[in-house]
Amino acid sequence: MSRLRLISMLAVLVIAACALSLLIGPAQIGPMDSIAALVAGGNEAAMVIMREIRLPRALLAVLIGFSLGVAGAALQGMLRNPLAEPGIIGVSASASLGAVLLFYTGLAGASLLALPAGALAGAAASVLILLAISATQASTITLVLAGVALASLAGAMTSLVLNLSPNPYASYEIIFWLLGSLKDRSVDHVWLVIPLMLLGWAALWASSRTLDALSLGEEGASGLGANIPRARAMVVCGVALCVGAGTAVSGAIGFIGLIVPHLVRPLTNRLPSQLLLPAGLGGAALLTFADIVARTVIPERELNVGVVTALIGAPFFLWLVIRSRRELF
Amino acid sequence: MHVKASNVSVSLSGRQVLHRVDLDLEPGQVTGLLGPNGAGKSTLMRALTGQLACQGEIETGGKAIAVMSEAERATIVAWLPQQRVLSWPISVQSVVELGRLPWHGWRRTMSRADQEKCAEAMRLLDVSGIAERPATELSGGEQARVLMARAVAQDTPVLVADEPASGLDPAHQISMMAVLRKLAGQGRTVFVSLHDLSLAARWCDRLVLMKDGVVAADGPPAKVMTEAVLRQVYGITARIGRDDCGVWLAPLGLTQCEVKDG
Repeated sequence: MSRLRLISMLAVLVIAACALSLLIGPAQIGPMDSIAALVAGGNEAAMVIMREIRLPRALLAVLIGFSLGVAGAALQGMLRNPLAEPGIIGVSASASLGAVLLFYTGLAGASLLALPAGALAGAAASVLILLAISATQASTITLVLAGVALASLAGAMTSLVLNLSPNPYASYEIIFWLLGSLKDRSVDHVWLVIPLMLLGWAALWASSRTLDALSLGEEGASGLGANIPRARAMVVCGVALCVGAGTAVSGAIGFIGLIVPHLVRPLTNRLPSQLLLPAGLGGAALLTFADIVARTVIPERELNVGVVTALIGAPFFLWLVIRSRRELF
Repeated sequence: MHVKASNVSVSLSGRQVLHRVDLDLEPGQVTGLLGPNGAGKSTLMRALTGQLACQGEIETGGKAIAVMSEAERATIVAWLPQQRVLSWPISVQSVVELGRLPWHGWRRTMSRADQEKCAEAMRLLDVSGIAERPATELSGGEQARVLMARAVAQDTPVLVADEPASGLDPAHQISMMAVLRKLAGQGRTVFVSLHDLSLAARWCDRLVLMKDGVVAADGPPAKVMTEAVLRQVYGITARIGRDDCGVWLAPLGLTQCEVKDG
């Protein structure tokens, strides 16, 4: 499939998902009324619902899905490992932990920026740990196991911090931070993540040619003029910005960055740089659809979107591991 | 382009691997690097290509390699590591095209000239017929040729290749050496490490033999490939002969027979 065709198909998919997401909700608003309320105003209640509830939710699903997809593709390219993913290897969970730590220890006050700052720091710390592990010629299995350990530890620490906090809603919060949700997010959250994510996308895009060169290993890439330490730093920052920003507003959402690159890679020429944009678009579409499922599958009762992505992603991960076990062990 | 290494020493994890090596590589020549395992061949090559920090000085075309940016270095020296890494099932064509990366700057598409350089490299290494196949599914020998084609497509005045002929069948070993000769004929400086003594003796213009991190012998094959040198460097006996095309050589046995009766 040509690259242009693939990208346009995925873009259409994203737009369709977005439109569907805007039209679905507990308030029964007809499609025409929805569009009218969104663009022209009119009915007061419909306008509030469309502009302040459904639009931010759809936009956040697209932005976070895109970021997770791109981050997954870039991490896989950097680590030359098809099982790397921000959720599986603990980056999302560490971002959650960072946000929770800053928020509940009151270190940064209750400022709107405390959450993203903590999430970014948590994500960056975990990526650095993983890079340190993978730098010593670690095998796939070592990396994945280290990531799983990191994810479990970060999850446990998050629960611990929340258990110790005086917040009466702590148990609800634990679910939010570990499983992620796009519920009740506002336009402020959209404005909060956009600049961070743009920076993250730019950092990952800037390192894309080095990711291509890394297909030939670190020595091969460095012989092709790649500055490996700089590219590594760019990918760390990019992934931390993408995942940290997303996690700060939605909690940890896993598996998007794993599933999407795998589904999309066979449709590209398999060079990491060519995968970034399609993986982002695929991630946006997948998370938006997953969010629609989370809202509609049980009437009157909303699931956490992280549960839906894990229900799709975990069996997929298992299948990948079984398929590639010869390479793994 | 001349490559001049003077007084190069390298220590790896506390052990000194190279001891004050001096080496001058001439353009238009294939210089072969020989020596037993652990002699420091790969280390010397990695130092020469700027992959490894070292003491001493290394210059290419009169400019110290240590002060070059990675990008500039990659337009002067092509480096083919011994370890063959192909991480994704990308096509042979795409692998070879990676060789053009250093010349792209921020441009992301291949120019007509880039495409011609890649096609020429693939023709030279006899991989045009498998251009569309995923490189990861090829045999080891085919991968070696594809990766060499990548290094050739980089089109640099200096080419350094670490054991490019290992794992190739005899015909492709010979054609690999013929390719290196042809590249040298275009005025490039070619430096290649080899384990096959006959191949080295027959196809290189000059041989450098290393042992224990120092240069043990250096000169044209006919001068360097002597029984005394082979005994000293490898501890082997060999039959050495000459014909119209140069030196031929067949290792026969160890100088000290270490096999003992149980």
